Amino acid sequence: MSRHTLSVLVEDKPGVLTRVASLFARRAFNINSLAVGPTEVPGMSRMTVVVDADGDLIEQVTKQLNKLINVIKIVELTSESSVQRDHILVKVRADAATRLQVTQAADLFRASVVDVSTDSVVIEATGHPEKLTALLSVLEPFGIREIVQSGTLAVGRGSRSMSDRALRSA
Amino acid sequence: MSKGSPISPSLMATKSAGAAKASERVDRPAESGVDTAAAASPVLGPNNVVPPTVMTGSQAIVRSLEELGVDDIFGLPGGAILPTYDPLMASKMNHVLVRHEQGAGHAAQGYAMVTGRVGVCIATSGPGATNLVTAIMDAHMDSVPLVAITGQVSSGVIGTDAFQEADIVGITMPITKHSFLVTDPNDIPHVMAEAFHLASTGRPGPVLVDVAKDAQQGQMTFSWPPKIDLPGYRPVVRGHNKQVREAAKLISAASKPVLYVGGGVVKAHASAELRELAELTGAPVVTTLMARGVFPDSHPQHVGMPGMHGTVSAVTALQQSDLLITLGARFDDRVTGVLKTFAPNAKVIHADIDPAEISKNRTADVPIVGSVKEIIPELTEAVRTQFGSAGTPDLTTWWAFLNNLKETYPLGWTEPEDGLSAPQRVIERIGALTGPEGVYVAGVGQHQMWAAQFIKYERPHAWLNSGGAGTMGYAVPAAMGAKVGEPDRVVWAIDGDGCFQMTNQELATCAINKIPIKVAVINNSSLGMVRQWQTLFYEGRYSNTDLNTGHDTVRIPDFVKLGEAYGCASFRCDRDEDIDATIQKALEINDRPVVIDFVVSPNSMVWPMVPAGVSNDQIQVARNMTPEWEEED
Repeated sequence: MSRHTLSVLVEDKPGVLTRVASLFARRAFNINSLAVGPTEVPGMSRMTVVVDADGDLIEQVTKQLNKLINVIKIVELTSESSVQRDHILVKVRADAATRLQVTQAADLFRASVVDVSTDSVVIEATGHPEKLTALLSVLEPFGIREIVQSGTLAVGRGSRSMSDRALRSA
Repeated sequence: MSKGSPISPSLMATKSAGAAKASERVDRPAESGVDTAAAASPVLGPNNVVPPTVMTGSQAIVRSLEELGVDDIFGLPGGAILPTYDPLMASKMNHVLVRHEQGAGHAAQGYAMVTGRVGVCIATSGPGATNLVTAIMDAHMDSVPLVAITGQVSSGVIGTDAFQEADIVGITMPITKHSFLVTDPNDIPHVMAEAFHLASTGRPGPVLVDVAKDAQQGQMTFSWPPKIDLPGYRPVVRGHNKQVREAAKLISAASKPVLYVGGGVVKAHASAELRELAELTGAPVVTTLMARGVFPDSHPQHVGMPGMHGTVSAVTALQQSDLLITLGARFDDRVTGVLKTFAPNAKVIHADIDPAEISKNRTADVPIVGSVKEIIPELTEAVRTQFGSAGTPDLTTWWAFLNNLKETYPLGWTEPEDGLSAPQRVIERIGALTGPEGVYVAGVGQHQMWAAQFIKYERPHAWLNSGGAGTMGYAVPAAMGAKVGEPDRVVWAIDGDGCFQMTNQELATCAINKIPIKVAVINNSSLGMVRQWQTLFYEGRYSNTDLNTGHDTVRIPDFVKLGEAYGCASFRCDRDEDIDATIQKALEINDRPVVIDFVVSPNSMVWPMVPAGVSNDQIQVARNMTPEWEEED
């Protein structure tokens, strides 16, 4: 099983997220992460879906997704041809004794502190999933209180735009 | 499962080829529903120009249906769809009032299957809509063009668990091609046109249009034709040239090719094109349960139906083949048996309009995405060119092998030992006396398999059944819909005593609306297919399969009395010598539905059979009797 990142351009219509998510469920495909939001084109949203599947299965996933009427276009983004980022908010125990160590650790990962209280800090970090995993392992000894993480966002490198091409062929 | 002893031909009952001679028939030309016509305008119907007119949403629903060319609708009103039933009363469209919404759904399916047009059913919100679910799922599995219109509670109370509220769009999401929730009456014309476009093009399927009550009551401005806006829907119709040429090369190189033909060829109205390709290649043809009739049974190249209850010749043709020319079929598990042992030496050409079917179960060597209506003629041309340069392959050895199988293992049955009629005989006689111009609609179970085996099909759209879904209760309402769609044809519902009790309330609809279908209840007093499995795999422990409707039982219900109560001509036939006369009598009655209670043996079983979970090589022609391949191969 290998990890695949699919960029799915969809019509911004009610129920489209349900259609995509339930398709994965009923065809027994596992979603690793999913992020969705509006695009530069009004009425169109873009989902980034990360799935663990082997080659045949990913082809079947793509074909089944393409059958959804609200799905306009699907592109698989490889790690070489795309920029992939996760976003994370971590609440870490940090009192006067440990706060400096925690913030220094955050600095090393170019993460920023976005909230401070007497016994905790909230750290915001953006990066490739491996980098965030590394950050978490560094923060772990201090005591992690909460983690909130976005799904992976991915965009192809270079000047080409997925929605441009989709609209032209439509 | 161990191999049994080989069966000798003398153990098999001989059976006359009862079917009438094949008349040369060409499939109907493409209806407005299929892709060729839709290429001009995606909006179905004549595309009359209607200038902007103010009306209510419910009037817009009715007007849209009229403009889309709809003639017949099956439905049942209720609170949330009431506004739409008012203008429907004034419409020239024929609305058939069913007795249960499931009946409306199956009737619309039957209508669609015989006419090739979109079937339409209407129901109210909540339980009305959920009663359609089985039919929608059935249409989804068998790719039937269906539009289901449901009322929904007013948009203001959606999500509050209002009276008769059900999230039918959510419920049907996995079993529809697409679904719409309409809360603004101005959306009605384009949503209706889009629904019909989606249902009828590409791989056909069911589309649900759920209309909130306030959208039906609200004012809107109607104009026609509307603009269809489906940027994510672009079905591929034409096959890729290069792939077609690759396929022709494989055909030219194959020594054991088989045309594996599925329901997609029926849906594409491509039987004439198929015949040309078959006769050019000289390859044997197998027609799946969904494709019975698309290639004439009487044609010498037809080797039967494949699958769990297929003929030895068809199952073995696939198993031993070196090239499957797969047209509009989907490698269903009931055809392949254990997938990894299916046709182990065959390369696969797979033509299908749904790219997701290709290499879903069996990897295709040459995938061709597109409509078989377009692909088959192109393939025929490519094969002709290929044969011209490379020569016509010699299939003599292949045919000698297959013809030997056809002769050695014909379909047949053994007479029951309990003195009751053989169900196979009843069904065979219905087919023989009615002929290939009739329409035969089956429920699900033993009688379905026998109807697929022992009626001879010579034309497409003559055989209707619930294939993928296996919906008991399909027959009576689907036959009703078929009769509405093709009123001049004799329409038989060949039903089981179990199936019949699930949807026979539509006999009332048939009697009152003068829809004279003929129902043959193959009454073995049990859930026969389940009983067969209990006989074979559960040591004859008949857990909950006895229905007490047959010979020597309390006969609850008495199907003759039940038929009479519904205003149908009703007969019982429990002796072999009365079978023909009873069928003849039924064929002469055309002013009301007919119900015949054919009392048959509960011990008859469907053969051949590939038991579940084993390779197709383990096909049994009778209990524990497996042909020995070694001597033929």
